[in-house]
Amino acid sequence: MSKSITLQDVDIFYGDFKAVEGVSLKVEPNSVTAFIGPSGCGKSTVLRTINRMHEVIPGARVEGSVLLDDENIYGRGVDPVNVRRTIGMVFQRPNPFPTMSIAENVLAGVRLAGQRMNKSDAADVVENSLRGANLWEEVKDRLDRPGSGLSGGQQQRLCIARAIAVEPQVLLMDEPCSALDPISTLAIEDLIRDLCEDYTIIIVTHNMQQAGRVSDTTGFFNLAGVGQPGRLVEMGPTDRIFTQPTEQATEDYISGRFG
Amino acid sequence: MATSLDTRPSTYDSLKGGTLPPWAPGLVGAIAVGGAVVLNATTGLAGWFGTTIVGALIFVVLQSIWSFAVEGKRHAVDRLATTAVYSTFVIAIVPLVSVLFTVVVKGMKVMSWGFLVDSMRNVSPRSPGGGAGHAIVGTLEQVAIAAAFAIPIGVLAAIFLVEYGRGRLAKAISFFVDVMTGIPSIVAGLFIFTAFVLGLGLERSGFAAALALAILMLPVIIRTTEEMLRIVPNDLREASYALGVPKWRTVLKVVLPTSLAGIVTGAMLAVARVAGETAPLLLTTFLTQSYNNNPFEGPQAALPTFIWDQITSGTPASVDRAWAGALVLITLIMFFYIVAKLLANRFAPKG
Repeated sequence: MSKSITLQDVDIFYGDFKAVEGVSLKVEPNSVTAFIGPSGCGKSTVLRTINRMHEVIPGARVEGSVLLDDENIYGRGVDPVNVRRTIGMVFQRPNPFPTMSIAENVLAGVRLAGQRMNKSDAADVVENSLRGANLWEEVKDRLDRPGSGLSGGQQQRLCIARAIAVEPQVLLMDEPCSALDPISTLAIEDLIRDLCEDYTIIIVTHNMQQAGRVSDTTGFFNLAGVGQPGRLVEMGPTDRIFTQPTEQATEDYISGRFG
Repeated sequence: MATSLDTRPSTYDSLKGGTLPPWAPGLVGAIAVGGAVVLNATTGLAGWFGTTIVGALIFVVLQSIWSFAVEGKRHAVDRLATTAVYSTFVIAIVPLVSVLFTVVVKGMKVMSWGFLVDSMRNVSPRSPGGGAGHAIVGTLEQVAIAAAFAIPIGVLAAIFLVEYGRGRLAKAISFFVDVMTGIPSIVAGLFIFTAFVLGLGLERSGFAAALALAILMLPVIIRTTEEMLRIVPNDLREASYALGVPKWRTVLKVVLPTSLAGIVTGAMLAVARVAGETAPLLLTTFLTQSYNNNPFEGPQAALPTFIWDQITSGTPASVDRAWAGALVLITLIMFFYIVAKLLANRFAPKG
């Protein structure tokens, strides 16, 4: 059973600039949640606060609380490194480590975190993670080849394998398909549906059809106005958001009237 | 009638324009050489230098006129620019090839196995024989010690500047690295001489020389490593953080391996640079005519000071030895460079 994520009145800043204001939401365990909205409205920023990647940027900070089940990940004494081991992330552009082979890439999270592992355990982790990412059949004969030699879609699935190899509770995906072709996108979307049996998944996407296909719940983000912080306009079951949104802005966005 | 709206001429010249035949530059070149030779024979043209200039001028003018007449302005300018680029390349390469050629020809005169292993002990400047073995040992030891100090300190300083440094301290360090880049080599030697020989009362030694060389290597290594670390994509750092990898391990296992090829090249170039330094050695270790394999005690020879010593002796035998020493030094530096390139290829990210 994976864990839930709760945001309570979260404000996010880049230096003095308030990028996101007053976001409160709850993500159920073993569900897929999609964040949609126009560019620059803070979807990715919110996503990055959920595993404390936001603070990697100098001057960035967060107010409010983010709960993993009941534990505030911004609480006193919480180590961001442990947070990121529990809440994994897949990025927009596939970014396998160029100096490592396919197998080493999968093991990177485990090895670099300093855990020792014997060979057969390592081989098991590689196989299970690659199977989990639907990549095993394609690469099982060339595990010692560089990860950067794969196609874009394969690289992205390698990054997903790398993320699930550390056995997180939650998987964050920041536009994981925007750099991929439709076939690879379909492969990743199928994978997301499979993965939600074991993980809680939050995905940021610009593609509303994709949100409709993969997510159980959808949250719509928008700017209150030019130069103002982004906010969560409404969130609900994907079916309802796409058929009967309660807010006019949501309806305008999903019907293509702006954005 | 949609076609009637088209006001362009119904018959237009095809996309092809006039083109000079492929042998045109060769023909113009032959005319230029021929013309210059004929003029040289009839008027002298102030020797081979003037002849070359006149030949080049004939080539440029003829080619431009012909090209302009047949191909038009853009192609004429293109040919002119091509000629300029090739000739500046040749002009730049001439001194380099000339130096290498001279060193090899003059250096091979007394080059032998004996030259590589013998020292100058009990060899008078006038007599032939002797060798640079003691200087080769000295240079290798001094450069190795200098690298052992400068490479770790330099790489760590660069890691600090790129990965950790914020605010005033980083700015100050960055500023002083720039200042260090401009330190004349003799000043580095003077500093070590003052601090070690006068200050601490230690005797001159190869070790003191190595410290002076390390000071000269440091800024080069810091700057090249910094550049290499900065071009590592931030995506990779974020990917590593997102896997729950601590920052120091991210730097050690992701950032450094990705940039290792460039760092190795930079370090080797720094080594090659200081291997030829003369002035700091004269102040810190001076020179000797005998083998001294212990870098921590007493004066030690080195190739640059060997060359300087032999040239200042001025006898035909010692000048020959100086050239041979120069050949050894250049070969050594080239060897470092080739090793650096091989290592860089070995470590480069594959894919």
